[in-house]
Amino acid sequence: MGGRMTALSVQDVSYSYGAKQALRDVSFTLTPGRFTALLGPNGAGKSTLFALLTRLFVTGQGQITVAGHDISRQPRAALSQIGVVFQQPTLDLDMSVQRNMSYFAALHGLSGRDARARIDAALDRLNMRERASEKVRALNGGHRRRMEIARALLHDPKVLLLDEPTVGLDTASRHAITDHVHTLTETGLTVLWATHLVDEIRPADDVVVLHRGQVLAHDRAETIAGGAELVDAFMAMTAEPEGTPA
Amino acid sequence: MSPWITAAHAIIQREVLRFVHQRGRFLAALVRPLVWLVVFAAGFRAALGLSIIPPYQTYITYEVYILPGLCGMIQLFNGMQSSLSLVYDQEMGSMRLLLTSPLPRWWLLLSKLMAGVAVSILQVYVFLAIAAGFGITVPWVGYVLVLPALIVSGLMLGALGLLISSTVRQLENFAGVMNFVIFPMFFLSSALYPLWKMAESSALLRDICAVNPFTHAVELIRFALYQRLEPWALLWVVLGFAMFFGLALVGYDPARGIKRRPARGG
Repeated sequence: MGGRMTALSVQDVSYSYGAKQALRDVSFTLTPGRFTALLGPNGAGKSTLFALLTRLFVTGQGQITVAGHDISRQPRAALSQIGVVFQQPTLDLDMSVQRNMSYFAALHGLSGRDARARIDAALDRLNMRERASEKVRALNGGHRRRMEIARALLHDPKVLLLDEPTVGLDTASRHAITDHVHTLTETGLTVLWATHLVDEIRPADDVVVLHRGQVLAHDRAETIAGGAELVDAFMAMTAEPEGTPA
Repeated sequence: MSPWITAAHAIIQREVLRFVHQRGRFLAALVRPLVWLVVFAAGFRAALGLSIIPPYQTYITYEVYILPGLCGMIQLFNGMQSSLSLVYDQEMGSMRLLLTSPLPRWWLLLSKLMAGVAVSILQVYVFLAIAAGFGITVPWVGYVLVLPALIVSGLMLGALGLLISSTVRQLENFAGVMNFVIFPMFFLSSALYPLWKMAESSALLRDICAVNPFTHAVELIRFALYQRLEPWALLWVVLGFAMFFGLALVGYDPARGIKRRPARGG
């Protein structure tokens, strides 16, 4: 399945922090144009996996390919196909919306008219064009997050990775962002959305359940739920046997 | 524009803008050398007789002597500070973002170093202007010719900072770096006293000063301020940069700030 038809493929990836194994033989493949939730409780290894997917960490065990490019052998080609929204905000609060966007565009080699056109289009989609010259500090949490998502898409990546993007947002903003990212898949974008919140997942979404560094399930949310609520299935899967240290 | 230049330009521009916005950091960066120049040098000038040594052609006051050393000190502090923040917490988020760029990692780090150098040069020129206000001046051409020297010395010191913060686990805060890197490098150099003076008290100390790359950075700056090129210092500084940067690239692990607390996050 590692061919060009897959947007993102993770094969037998393991990673440890010294003696502590964070990921163990993790494998899954994302279908292009689908919203896949990477669901797991805190400490499941989601952030570690994200660090590997964005090449922040490097592991010798296993293979990660993005749009057909092996991330360890063709890192630049792979990274150019990835857009990332990290859990912690990475905006410069004292710089304008426009400048934050153009900085990121430049990191991907986009400048001048091309960059401006892409930034304008992204801000238009967010109805934020008139706020382009405002400092990011003046925006609320929801707008900042939307901006980070728009920024991650400036270079037209094939895959969008979001690491718990709704952390710290109120319920309304959380729903708005979740809806927004779901609609992005309509344009063919492949989304991997890490979360521990089941209510962000829709029945038709794909779900990879990660627990203690291992993939427990990979299927449609409704299939995993098996006619019941997804949250119950998830709780049952990740329940700790009594007496096991967390 | 090539993507490489585009990215480097943006990284440098961001760093300079951030620095200009941070008035506190600007002020702190200036107060330190000014205290040395105005207070320390005034008290110390009587204790130290200077003879005529190159590049100077007349007797000079002590303030004039330590001016290049203080320029070097600004760059030393700045290099250590920006490299530390690059590896540890403060800049972690923005480093993660930076490293999602498809450009090679060495280029991104070099751009970051260049950004730090740009900031340090800004500080040095403001410092030189204030010093000139106190009547401590150099020939005006020197103000122009010192620029390339500052670029090379700034890169070398930034690369050293990156190497240290990437490899020495114990030096992960500024106090540690201050005690074990900045102070020894600064005091065991030609910044405050000429090497021949040092030799009078200890030949060993003189030899240590002579291999200290910071000495050569200071001498490069000193000679450039007086329109002279000191090839030996230049060679030493360039070699130092190449070695420090090369080793830093091998040792640099962007995950370090995160790995210290793997329990955090999902």
